[in-house]
Amino acid sequence: MNINRRQALALSAGAAVFAITGVSTKLAYAAAEDTEKAIMDLAGGKAPQSGKITLTSPEIAENGNTVPVSVKVDSKMMEGDMVKSITIFAEGNPNPDVVTFHFSAMSGAATASTRMRLAKTQNVVAVAKMADGSTYMDKKEVKVTIGGCGG
Amino acid sequence: MASKPRVKVPKKASVGEVITIKTLISHKMESGQRKGKDGKLVPRKIINKFTAEFNGQEVFSADMHGAVSANPYLEFTVKMSESGTFKFSWVDDDGSVYSTEKKITVS
Repeated sequence: MNINRRQALALSAGAAVFAITGVSTKLAYAAAEDTEKAIMDLAGGKAPQSGKITLTSPEIAENGNTVPVSVKVDSKMMEGDMVKSITIFAEGNPNPDVVTFHFSAMSGAATASTRMRLAKTQNVVAVAKMADGSTYMDKKEVKVTIGGCGG
Repeated sequence: MASKPRVKVPKKASVGEVITIKTLISHKMESGQRKGKDGKLVPRKIINKFTAEFNGQEVFSADMHGAVSANPYLEFTVKMSESGTFKFSWVDDDGSVYSTEKKITVS
């Protein structure tokens, strides 16, 4: 498709309007609200409590393509004190979901690590879901020097 | 595209010991957000599911999304109670499954 000058101008004017209203940023990156909604869905409508869960990630990630992240929940992993799953969200990514770890009675400890991509400096959130349905959350800001979502 | 998975499992453990397992598989984890040379989005192709089984029972699994880095690395723990075999499987968006097995002696 060829774009002539007039169309190009119209497009850029449109883009400018979007930029002002903030719609374009919403399209490109999952807003914090999307993450909040996902967390609410996970927690069954109630806001997760803080504590118990620890999210570990470097404060400054030079390369957004591989940011190490680990999560740990203070739990005996025995009947009555079991972590079912831990989900990690990245608020500033195009899609907030990163990973969900599912644990079992054989896990021994509720801890797991992986490496993730971060598009820009943002908050990373971890939500733990316990077997009894309660949820816990931890949040950490990671500064990203080079974004990791292509472009 | 995905090649040999690499898994680190201790060869021996004692009963009740909590061991750490590290896994890595070579995979591009194309997020579906990146534009190719032609300016079009490269379609998503990632490993979306990882499972670890011990003697046929699932002990750990992970649902992965586009934000997991290329060559996905996972580290997790398992509490050992008996000798047996671990089976690790990675499921690709295209349906292919890559898997590997590791034995452990528990005494």
